[in-house]
Amino acid sequence: MDTIILYVIALGALLFSFFHNKQKTSMALKKAWKAFEGILPQFITVLFLVAAVLAILDTETISKLLGKGSGFWGVLIASLVGAITLIPGFVAFPAAAALLQSGAGVTQMTAFISSLMMVGVVTLPMEIQYFGKKVAIFRNILAWFFSVIAAYFVGWVVSL
Amino acid sequence: MNKALKRYIPTIIVALLFIGFLVLFPQWRGKTVQSITVQMKTMLLVIPPIFILLGLLDVWVPREQMITLMGEGSGLKGPILAFLLGSFAAGPLYGAFPFAAVLMKKGASFSNILIFIGAWSTTKIPMLLFEIASLGTRFALSRLFIDIIGIIIIAWAIHGSIPKQEITRLYDQAKNID
Repeated sequence: MDTIILYVIALGALLFSFFHNKQKTSMALKKAWKAFEGILPQFITVLFLVAAVLAILDTETISKLLGKGSGFWGVLIASLVGAITLIPGFVAFPAAAALLQSGAGVTQMTAFISSLMMVGVVTLPMEIQYFGKKVAIFRNILAWFFSVIAAYFVGWVVSL
Repeated sequence: MNKALKRYIPTIIVALLFIGFLVLFPQWRGKTVQSITVQMKTMLLVIPPIFILLGLLDVWVPREQMITLMGEGSGLKGPILAFLLGSFAAGPLYGAFPFAAVLMKKGASFSNILIFIGAWSTTKIPMLLFEIASLGTRFALSRLFIDIIGIIIIAWAIHGSIPKQEITRLYDQAKNID
């Protein structure tokens, strides 16, 4: 769904640009290609990492890990699983909803969703390429800490 | 050695490890192949529009304009714009990094870049309605609320603790993007 929006915006902008200045448009496309080619090695690396991680941690295994977890350890496990997986929201939200119905805790689910979105261990090679090791690693650690805090907050609000 | 080839050495190593993984763990082989196809499809689908948009941004938006909008002296306008830009974006977080690099090249301030990354990662407007439908209004809105605070704190903490020279280095690197 959001990919369609992205295509509509990109194509609209491209057409608009093309009618205003053909030369600039072809320059933009060249730059787009160059930027893509620049990150391609990291892209391919991430692809392999994601494939291996998601084969081991498939939805079933994740459900088992998160379903069992309770208390602080559950939150910790949930946030770690979220940190090393890469699942789009439209798959993660219904999965989390199903887990909640089968008895998983709200706090654990929030920890999973928050770290899934904010922390990207497998995409680190790409992040480092643009932001350097220091910023990339620090950002991921902070985001991971934060996902645990967010989990307790959302768990508390939902329980009110 | 060929410079272009040199860039791919880590990738080739990971590829070999990946093949080793497939050979050593036949029980995960099917799932791995399946997930690499799914991920590759997602990437191939998401990459073209994101890179086209960043190419257009690079060509059409003059540096001076970006500096007034999102630069150091942009006041409240900068973070708000960075936040909206990230929130209305679609696609996985790895799409945000090349985009952020072009914003840096154009002169957006580092704290605004961090807010942009934070917003892209977690306060997705296109995803919010879906989250409400799956997990409820209370869950989605309280998560949105705490995430906005988290984005600001994380941006502030990174900005405050990363040495200036490292930030300058990143900007120099972004400037060289052609």
